[in-house]
Amino acid sequence: MSDLLSNNSQQTESVINVNNLSLTFPTSDGDVHALSEIDLTINRGDFVSFIGPSGCGKTTLLRVIADLEQATSGSIDVNGMTPHEARLARAYGYVFQAASLYPWRTISKNVALPLEIMGLDAAVIRERVRKNMELVDLAGFEKKYPWQLSGGMQQRASIARALAVEPDLLLMDEPFGALDEIVRDHLNEQLLKLWAQTNKTVVFVTHSIPEAVYLSNRIVVMSPRPGRIHDVIESNLPRDRELSIRETPEFLTLANRVRDGLRAGHSYDEVA
Amino acid sequence: MKKSAFFPIVVVVAAIVLLWYVFTVVMNLAWEKSVAERAGTTPSFTTMVSNTMQQERPVLPAPHQVVEEIINTTFKKKITSKRSLIYHAQITLSSSMLGFLMGTLLGIVLAVAIVYNEALNKSLMPWIIASQTIPILAIAPMIIVVLNAIGVQGLLPKAFISMYLSFFPIVVGMVKGLNSPERSHLDLMHTYNASAVQTFFKLRLPTSLPYLFTSMKIAVAISLVGAIVAELPTGAVAGLGARLLAGSYYGQTIQIWSALVVASILAATLVMLVGLVGEWVNRRMGLAQSNSSGGTL
Repeated sequence: MSDLLSNNSQQTESVINVNNLSLTFPTSDGDVHALSEIDLTINRGDFVSFIGPSGCGKTTLLRVIADLEQATSGSIDVNGMTPHEARLARAYGYVFQAASLYPWRTISKNVALPLEIMGLDAAVIRERVRKNMELVDLAGFEKKYPWQLSGGMQQRASIARALAVEPDLLLMDEPFGALDEIVRDHLNEQLLKLWAQTNKTVVFVTHSIPEAVYLSNRIVVMSPRPGRIHDVIESNLPRDRELSIRETPEFLTLANRVRDGLRAGHSYDEVA
Repeated sequence: MKKSAFFPIVVVVAAIVLLWYVFTVVMNLAWEKSVAERAGTTPSFTTMVSNTMQQERPVLPAPHQVVEEIINTTFKKKITSKRSLIYHAQITLSSSMLGFLMGTLLGIVLAVAIVYNEALNKSLMPWIIASQTIPILAIAPMIIVVLNAIGVQGLLPKAFISMYLSFFPIVVGMVKGLNSPERSHLDLMHTYNASAVQTFFKLRLPTSLPYLFTSMKIAVAISLVGAIVAELPTGAVAGLGARLLAGSYYGQTIQIWSALVVASILAATLVMLVGLVGEWVNRRMGLAQSNSSGGTL
């Protein structure tokens, strides 16, 4: 109970502030408004999902937070810094859609990669690799190469690699999108446990409604052309959840609200 | 794979040898006819055909004559003898290996410069391409003479010509290889705030290695060609090129052909060795996913 209280007190502190942010890609066919007038605050310890159809800018928004894309106008700060400063301070871990492991490195060497770049001591690296591979349940696979592992295990390795940096903020871009349903369920469960254990702030991009509702305490529904936020849904589900929660009326109510939001976004598409 | 490949290989080799014999007869028959005419004899057709394969200076020597000459000038001669093909091959080999190493290094350095600097890409690439449009036979004597004038002699001028030919495939392959990391692999480095040097050694270089070895296979073969060509215009006294030259002075076609065959065996061996090293490196890098890469060559 005291845990819950401390979580609540932490949630008042914001980690990411987005104000009136827009991003336009110039193309030969004219400008593409990838993001338009985005306002969003993400608090410490939040698990926030961006959900929406393709082209709604959910990945672009995540990449702006990570300083992999730059906003055209508006402001954003991450941990009180610009995204650029936050990236230089290695304030976040990023998990890509594909596991993106380097094929010539063993799994443990892949997890060690960011630590080598940070120039940490060999002993520290060894300890962090061990700890994080254990955390994602990959102990014993240190010497394997990526191609020797299943897709789900590869993605777990890439999560361990992101966690090894020990960031407070985890940015995940459809990390389980390419995996089958069973593996995805399993990894969702593990990710929630991880979130509970480490109390990190997670920003998670997905196009799966059950995944978004199951994982998040806030769901940001986005719509395309121009990419914008359609709805922000607060979840009242308990932080500690089992997969079976997906059968409860509360879960289905939330899922329906997300679905309605997505539909409304799509109808805009048909009018245009 | 090994077993099923055996039969086709034997068939192809047999077909080539057979075709060679056919051409030997066709091309050497005229000489046999004129010999018979001058002697006023009329030998039977089969005698004439068998004679075409035993001429001393045939237009095209028969395969067994070339094999015999190679055996005579390799196993049956001392390696230090001027008549030993091994002696000549080793001279050509050493300058082409030196040129190959220099060409590989130069190629890698140029590729790195081109990949990391857009201005160098625009300014260097036209010159690199232009360098390869000049026939090497035209430029080889000049390089030898110029280098000789500034006191560079021996192995180095020949190695220079090998380098001149072999750096090109390395540049092209390495530029492609260094630019081949996936977007997400590069983004990853970006999120770690990795320096350019770190990105090079931890990502771009390992990604480029398969490209490097493919280029090196081409480079090693043409560096041998470069060394042989370099021996031609200089009146070299030793080397496979010198053997070719001497053979053509004295109409020793068998000698020419045996030097050619030895040169091609040498080239094939070198390409195979580079391929083996490439595979070994691939295995060391954990990239050897069974049967994913085709043949060894």
